[in-house]
Amino acid sequence: MTDAQQAKGPDSAVANRKGSLQDAIRRSAVFILLALLFVVFTAAQPAFLNINNLMSVLQAVSVVAIIGAGVTVTLAIGGFDLSVGAVAASSVMAASYAMIVLNFGAAATVLLVLAFGAVIGLINALMIVRLKVPDLLATLAMMFLLTGLQLIPTAGRSISVGLILPDGSTATGKYDPLFLMIGRSSLFGVVPLPVVIMLIVAIVLFVLTERTRLGRLLYATGGNEVATRLAGGNTARIKTIAYVVSGMLASLGGIIVAARVGRGDVSSGASLLMDSVAAALIGFAVLGLRRPNVLGTIVGAVFVGVLLNGLTMLNAPYYTQDFIKGAVLAGALALTYGIGANRS
Amino acid sequence: MPNLKVNSISRSFGSTRALSNASLVVNKGEIVALMGANGAGKSTLVKILSGVDRPDAGEILWKDRAYAPRNPAEAAQLGIVTVHQSTDVVGVPGLTVADALLLNRFVDGRQPFFLSRRSVRRQAEQILAETGLSLPLDLDFGDLGTADRQLVAIARALSNRAELLIMDEPTASLSIAESRRLYDILLSLKARGLAILFISHRTQDLQALADRVEILRGGSNVGSFTRPIDFDRAIETMIGRSLSAAHPARRTEFGETVFSIRGGKLLPHSKPFDLTLAKGEVVAITGVLGAGKSRLLSAIFGIGALAEGEMQLDGQSYKPAGPADAIGAGIAMAAEDRRRSSLMPSDWPGESIAATISLPHLKRWYPSGFMFSGRELREGANAIGRLGIKAESASASVWSLSGGNQQKVVLARWEAEPSRLLLLDEPFQGVDVGARQDIIDTIRKRSEGATLIATSDAEEAHAVADRVLVMEHHGLRDEIEGQENI
Repeated sequence: MTDAQQAKGPDSAVANRKGSLQDAIRRSAVFILLALLFVVFTAAQPAFLNINNLMSVLQAVSVVAIIGAGVTVTLAIGGFDLSVGAVAASSVMAASYAMIVLNFGAAATVLLVLAFGAVIGLINALMIVRLKVPDLLATLAMMFLLTGLQLIPTAGRSISVGLILPDGSTATGKYDPLFLMIGRSSLFGVVPLPVVIMLIVAIVLFVLTERTRLGRLLYATGGNEVATRLAGGNTARIKTIAYVVSGMLASLGGIIVAARVGRGDVSSGASLLMDSVAAALIGFAVLGLRRPNVLGTIVGAVFVGVLLNGLTMLNAPYYTQDFIKGAVLAGALALTYGIGANRS
Repeated sequence: MPNLKVNSISRSFGSTRALSNASLVVNKGEIVALMGANGAGKSTLVKILSGVDRPDAGEILWKDRAYAPRNPAEAAQLGIVTVHQSTDVVGVPGLTVADALLLNRFVDGRQPFFLSRRSVRRQAEQILAETGLSLPLDLDFGDLGTADRQLVAIARALSNRAELLIMDEPTASLSIAESRRLYDILLSLKARGLAILFISHRTQDLQALADRVEILRGGSNVGSFTRPIDFDRAIETMIGRSLSAAHPARRTEFGETVFSIRGGKLLPHSKPFDLTLAKGEVVAITGVLGAGKSRLLSAIFGIGALAEGEMQLDGQSYKPAGPADAIGAGIAMAAEDRRRSSLMPSDWPGESIAATISLPHLKRWYPSGFMFSGRELREGANAIGRLGIKAESASASVWSLSGGNQQKVVLARWEAEPSRLLLLDEPFQGVDVGARQDIIDTIRKRSEGATLIATSDAEEAHAVADRVLVMEHHGLRDEIEGQENI
């Protein structure tokens, strides 16, 4: 409709000028709230601002942020990866199994687990691109498959040193200390390694999605797949790349969890899916972008982490955590869709 | 006695005056055409009349009473109904046409809670009898063509005792035969006393329907023409400058053959045809909707294939596996319906003018893979100058542009890099006369390759092409001489 669009022209241009203050507030709303949280928590509990506490907040959110970055990439292509939590959980099991049962070293384990994540991403892409299964359903099926699969090699047991295998023998391997360092060491004794990894992932993924040709094509596929194909884009390949990236980042998250806890717990990663999806969705509100974006996802994860940490310091009971996460997500979505949409 | 009297209303959006002292009168039993280039204020006026928007100043009288509807439903209750260009929203696929006719009655509670198929059908038949329209009542609404969907909307409006029908580009997606049917229907409704206000750019519509043409430019009335209407002058008044030669000089001297099809068949049983395109030549194919124009262009671009026949590009056999393949071989296509085929949604990466243009050229313009250089912004700024796109800058959103300027951006995408053959499917869809001339000029300036255009509007075909072909039932033939001036 030519005229509706034309009418929108002067309309939105005006809104940009007139509502620039309102617009600025909307863009920085998440940052303003974050700053407010800092002020309130520091006033109530000065230990909050302690560098070690802040690092522990970042360490706590690093896994969610990394997995969320992968979810963001699948959201950018107009898809959705529901299997990330299960991929991360099976990666914990796979890493433990590789070292304790198969006697792998740290490097081999990391490579194996990352390859595992990539293969899962490929299978997801195969279902979605070749078999045309809708994204949500394909990755939901994968989630179930992996949740079950991770129990099979050990007959449902958690994996720790001295594991008794289904055939009755005892596993001889142990956790490689080098591997444990991934989760437990700190750069300069201050910045935990998982935080460093998170920052690297954030920077690489940000540049990839916002400043490269591939990133443009990822968003183009999600924005208008037909137009992307008519412009010569290979949308099947672009989607495959997105799911492989998502799978690998989820398995990287799993590696960090395994290195931190030092055992292959069957229940690890239960909340990772919800938390990382929430971070990605909260990210829509960051900078008022109203779309999946890597920076937003990281900020979203940190926001939730700060809130939970602060409230815990103020003695909020642990069982209120999910409620708080839900409230933050609902608020962010309202900010993204409700208030943001009023503008046009 | 005028039915509708709009007295110098104004409406501003910030510092932009969409309407400034605009006036309009529509009498009972009269068809008035509203003309204006994109941005002239037509749509704002229609929005105000249909209850979507309100004026800042001025008054509107409807049957001598002040008229200020708060929403479209209230406007409809008072007897003013707008039939929009997009007719998808009229009904729901999965329901029958009879259901669609009664849809608003289901909603407003005039129907009993429990419905029987028979009672619905009976009432739908009654509506058709009253309005004198004929529609296949038992068909699924989803299988209904655009023309019939429009009739559903009209019938529904009439059954609710509409006295003024506002139609927004009613023939934009109709074939010639369908347009003629609509003309007959609208004229018979007029004879029964209905007032009709319609927006259109097409001369045929105006010629067939309008008793009076009111022209808006920059939100104000700039002219009014009554029958007999001088259309050239009306169009000149609308765009505010004289029309340069409407039909370009046909060129006959061209370079070597660029592209050809031998023994082509679009469907296994359709008539075979040949097609030869020379360097620098602009060829247009006309024909009604569904004649196979889009199918031919798609086959050349590698979406779908010819049922039979051989394509040659620069003397080499050419068999594209997909759009990427076609683009690689030097064939470009701006498909029809730019919103669906070419543009990113608003507020999404890639929605800027520069990014819209660069999408097919990313590999060439950013060989490293990183997009740190401002190449696309430079190319976008170039295109803005070259095609006369009215935009703030190359980084502005395409959605801030008028339809004509959006179409220029889509054209700019494909002529930003040289191509051997440029395919344009309905390049003048939703484009006003002023922008249309810019697009025609750009197309005719192309010298490095051939251009093949599909359009269902014969007038457009003649305005742009060196040679016009007609497609009928998936077969291609030369246009018969003497039919040129439609």
